[in-house]
This record gives sequence, structure tokens and C-alpha cells, in this order.
Amino acid sequence: MKHLLISRIESLYHTMLRIRRVEEAIAGHYPMQEMRCPVHLSIGQEAVAAGVCAALRQQDGVFSNHRAHAHYLAKGGSLTAMLAEIYGKAEGCCKGIGGSMHMIDLAAGFLGAVPIVGATVPLAVGAAWAAKLRGEDKVITVFFGDGTFEEGAVYESINFAVLHRLPVLFVCENNLYACYTRLSTRQPDRPIHTVATACGCKAVTADGNDALAVFDAASSAVADLRAGGYPVFLECSTYRWREHCGPNMDDDLDYRPKTEVAAWKAACPVSRLAKILGTLDEGQNFMAHAEREISAEINTAFAGALAGGIPQQTDLPGYLYA
Amino acid sequence: MPETIRKITQAEAIREALEQAMTEDERVILIGEGVPDPKGVFGTTSGLQERFGMARVFDMPLAENGMTGICIGAAISGMRPVMVHQRIDFALLCMDQLVNNAAKWHYMFAGQASVPLVVRVIVGRGWGQGPQHAQSLQAMFAHVPGLKVVMPSSGYDAKGMLLAAIRDDNPVIFIEHRWLHGIIDEVPTMPYTVQLDKAAIRRHGKDATIAAFSFMVVEALLAAKALADLGIDLEVIDARAVRPLDMTTIIESVTRTGTLIVADTSWKTGGIAGEVVAGVTETAFNSLRRPPLRVALPDIPAPTSPHLTKDYYPDALHLARAIVNHLGATIPDAELVSRLSRSTPHDIPQREFCGPF
Ligand SMILES: Cc1ncc(C[n+]2csc(CCOP(=O)(O)OP(=O)(O)O)c2C)c(N)n1
Ligand SMILES: [Mg+2]
Repeated sequence: MKHLLISRIESLYHTMLRIRRVEEAIAGHYPMQEMRCPVHLSIGQEAVAAGVCAALRQQDGVFSNHRAHAHYLAKGGSLTAMLAEIYGKAEGCCKGIGGSMHMIDLAAGFLGAVPIVGATVPLAVGAAWAAKLRGEDKVITVFFGDGTFEEGAVYESINFAVLHRLPVLFVCENNLYACYTRLSTRQPDRPIHTVATACGCKAVTADGNDALAVFDAASSAVADLRAGGYPVFLECSTYRWREHCGPNMDDDLDYRPKTEVAAWKAACPVSRLAKILGTLDEGQNFMAHAEREISAEINTAFAGALAGGIPQQTDLPGYLYA
Repeated sequence: MPETIRKITQAEAIREALEQAMTEDERVILIGEGVPDPKGVFGTTSGLQERFGMARVFDMPLAENGMTGICIGAAISGMRPVMVHQRIDFALLCMDQLVNNAAKWHYMFAGQASVPLVVRVIVGRGWGQGPQHAQSLQAMFAHVPGLKVVMPSSGYDAKGMLLAAIRDDNPVIFIEHRWLHGIIDEVPTMPYTVQLDKAAIRRHGKDATIAAFSFMVVEALLAAKALADLGIDLEVIDARAVRPLDMTTIIESVTRTGTLIVADTSWKTGGIAGEVVAGVTETAFNSLRRPPLRVALPDIPAPTSPHLTKDYYPDALHLARAIVNHLGATIPDAELVSRLSRSTPHDIPQREFCGPF
């Protein structure tokens, strides 16, 4: 039992550290002006992606939004294809058509991420509906932010999912802000998940900076869904460390209280598990090894992405229609 | 206060129009995602909440369709809302309210109520904005009777047309272009208006008429200047209005030049350029010395990679080549290239720009 828990912690830690180091590397390379597209980094929010995706199987589907890197990587999306896409290369996951805001890796069950806020929530319900109609053993998850919860299509989607008892997990990453606007400027003072409850959806919460807590909540939700239960809404509280869009810190803009930023950084999801692993010899070895292995993987992936080919404009019309 | 004219960016001109509209009419309210935030919608709304207070300048939930309806409801009830979307693509979520309600309220209730609403929408381009953040949807709006649609290109017009739009009793879709925001123009300090239905001749010429929309006016003027050195004298018209289109000015020009070229910021098929061509051929067919020409985007959504956008947006060089070819002029391509090659990367508006938008 104890061993199982440790290997779970190790695996969640590895997923989060990998996301963290990839995002840091993107931020590091961005000023060279070769990644010529918007990037929305997930640094600080790794536990939600890691915890939820650890509860899923490869054939389960995931949809995401503008801030998709963590979800894509946690679901098993190809790192090289993601970086190549951000570099606008032919080997990118959308062959350069999409950039950072348009991730897809169908082999990994990552069904698509696009930047129109709320756009993928109904798609997830539709995918879950299809799975049910086709009798497939599949759960569909959609990640979206607190701001996205304001879009009408989200309520319409929850309503239909509950009505038809569809195997869909709604994961709301509540990082308290939509761009520079605080939640309290956009929504009344009540927890987001209670609105899902009022729609007849089962709703649960988890500390979004605690990957184990997210994993536990997601696992029991997914077990319910596989058993034919009602859709589940999982609200995870977390925090974005860097600017809404771009590689930098933006604390100079003063839109978030300094004490708030400091408190969330102190609750770093990666350090949280590192602390547990650090008390064990085995854990220390694991972390040192993970750091080396991930660093090597990232170097190789960046080199691979940068060496990628130039996509051809003449290929574009061919993608317009099936 | 004596009238002074000074040079400011188009973003500043828009901000000034909003400030003056709110000063002159307390019914004017301003709402949009990020309006009071530190970036102030590319600087166009900066400081306005500080100046006019929380009861007139609002941030809003990410609820474009519902909020549009809420603004329409306020507009038919004595307010004059100005709504802003950082990308025109987000206004697609508002289409039901704009098309079914705003455009028709005055008409379907036989003039008993009107919708004094301005919806500012910004066309994105460059630095990998991609398929969902770089559309130029003027033709979709312009298709709808009951909406007014404008696309100013100069800072002077942006201020004057925004003030006119806010004073207008009808819903006006006010389309800005992200690459125009940074361009400096001479703008008077005092409030003034510019008509919402009138094109402007930016350059007089005799060999061909170029009717251009929004940012394409900038490219058309560059092309015209270079071609003037090479013996082609172009007339450049800034269409300014998309609905209603000022066909009178364009037709009058074509009757003098005998040639029509339309330069649009959007896709060719079903676009506003085709509408201009149709209007000219219907009424001034006999003035045309050669077929009209549309210079527009290829019929594919904007890709993201800079390798793929290189020739996606027609710039002054593309335009000049198309014109030379269309007129059958014998000008070596090298002459055009030496005059019109961009010195900045093709996917950024100014050299200083280092992403992301
Ligand atoms: C329909 C639509 N409206 C507005 C935007 C601009 N936009 C991009 S991300 C974003 C904020 C999203 O906030 P949230 O859902 O909380 O996600 P977070 O960025 O915090 O991860 C906004 C308003 C958009 N992309 N689409
Ligand atoms: Mg958020």
C-alpha cells in the first residue's frame, strides 16, 4: 500500500516537473523571437493537469483551451510535436497552422484545444454523447478556466450532459483571474461548483495545487462515470504564476496583491510533492534522476523541433475540406 | 480652448473619442472584457474608469452573447452603451443578439424604439494570431440590413467616426485593425465627427482607382507612391464605410480612371470587395476599360506559423505587382522589389514589436 502511494507520488511529481521544466524552457527561448505566436503558460497550475490525467486511460479523451500545454503533456501528447508547432514547423502537431493555442494529439487521446473561450466545453459533451451512443468505454474530460465558466455554452452543455447522463468530467481550473480581471469583478460571491450542483450535476472540489488530492477526486469521478453515473464537475483552486499571455512575470502591473502571489507560490504544487519525496532516500534518488532525464528529453525535443522543416503554403488549401 | 492639432496614435485617438463622448453625454457607458485592466484594450480605454467611475466604465464577464443582449436592453432604455471586443472573432458569439435584435428592433417595431449601441471590434493580425484570432469579418456584419458598419483607417477618422457612431441612434459595428492602432496621425484636440457613410479620396490619380478598406489603405498608398515613380498614377479611395458603402464616390472615380481595383483585409469569396465590384459593374459598366480586380486574402483561414503567413496577407508589394500585371504595364519586378520590400519581418506591425499581442 505504502509502496503504491510512493510510486503514485513519484509519477505525479514526474509529470508536473516535466511540465514545469518544459514551460520554463519555452519562457527561456521565447525572447529569441523564433516562437512567433501567443503562449499561455501553465506554470503554477501543473497539479490539475497531472492529477486529472493520471486518472484517465489512453483511450479517454481530453479537450482543452488556450492554456493547453500542461493538459496536452499530461495526457501523453508528443513534446517534440508541441514544440515544433510553437516554432511553426512542418512537424508540429497542426503542421504549423495552429501554434501554441491549438494543440492536438489524437493518438494520445488529446482531442483538441482552441483559444475561443468556452469553445471546447460543448465539444466534450458531444464526444461523450458519441461514446455513449456507440457503446464505447470512454470518459471525456474538458479543462477550462474560471472565466470560461461565465460563457452561456457551458451551462447549456452541463444541462445536456446531465439530462443524458453522459460520461464527461468538467474540470474547472479556478485560478481567480481571467487575464487581468479578478473573479469577484465577474461573478457573484459564491463557489463556482455550486452552480454546477444547481444544474443537477454532481460537483466536487479539490486543492488544485495538491496533485494527490486532484488525483483522488478525479479517480473517484472517473470510476463513477465508467459505472454509468452522472457527469461530474470538479473545481480545482490554483494559481497562474506568470503573465496571462507571454513568457514573463507581470507583477509590476499590480493587478494581483503581492501577498496573494507570494502565498500561492509558497504553495507550489511541485515543491509540495518534492517535500514528501525528499524525506525518503528512494525519493531523493528519484527526483535527481527525473531532473536529469527531463532535462535531456527537453534538450532533444527542442533540437528536434528547431531542426524541423518549413511548412508549405501550397499545402494549406488541401486541409480546408475533408 | 483654441483648436490645436497634434500627432497621436490611433489608439490614443480612439481613447480620446471615448473620453469626449462620455464627457458630452452622461448616457454613454463603456463595457468590455479588460476595459479597466492595466492594458486597457491596447491603450484605447486606459484611465477611463479612473476618470468616469465604476458606474460608467465596466469590465464584464466572459459572456459575449448575453452581454450584447444586456447592452441592447440598456440601449432601448435610455443608455448609449459602447461595447468592445479585443478580437472581432469573439463577436461571433454575439451574432444572435446583433443580427436578430440590434439590427431589427427599430424596424420590426415600426420605429417605436431604437438601439444606440456601438460595438468596437478589433481585427487581429501577425505574431501567430492564427485561425481564431485574425479574422476580418466585415462582410458578415455588412450583410445585415439595420447595422451600420465602418472601418476607419486614419487616426483622424477613427476619432471622428467613433464620436459620430456614439451619437448615432443605430447599432454601429466599429471595426478597428490592430496594425492601425500604432500609426500616428494629426488629430484635433476638440470633439468633431466624420460621416459614417462617406468614402474619402486619399490620393488623386488618373490611371486606376483602388478602393481600399482599413489597413489596406496603408498598403495601397505605399504601392501608389512607388508606382507613381514608375509612371502609374493611381487614385486611392479609403472606403471608410462598409455598410452603407459609399458607391457614389467610387463610381465617380472609376468613371474618370476606367479601372477598378478593390483591396480588402478579408477573404475574397463573399467579401465586401465583390460587393464593390458588383456595384460598379451594375451602374458604370461602360466606364470600365478592363475587368475589375479584387486583391483579398486567399479563401483559407489564417494560419499561425510565420512561414505560412508570408504571402497570406497582400502587402504593398503584392498589391503593386497585381496592379502592374492587371494594367499590363512593363515594369521590371526588381523595380517594385527595391521600392516596396518590407524592412521589418512580415508578421509584425513595427520594428519595436517583440510579441505576443
Ligand atoms: C469568446 C472569447 N472571449 C474572449 C477571449 C479572450 N480571452 C482569452 S483567454 C481569456 C481569459 C480566460 O480566463 P479563464 O477561463 O479563467 O482561463 P485562464 O486564462 O485563467 O487559464 C480571455 C478573456 C477569447 N479568447 N474568447
Ligand atoms: Mg482563470
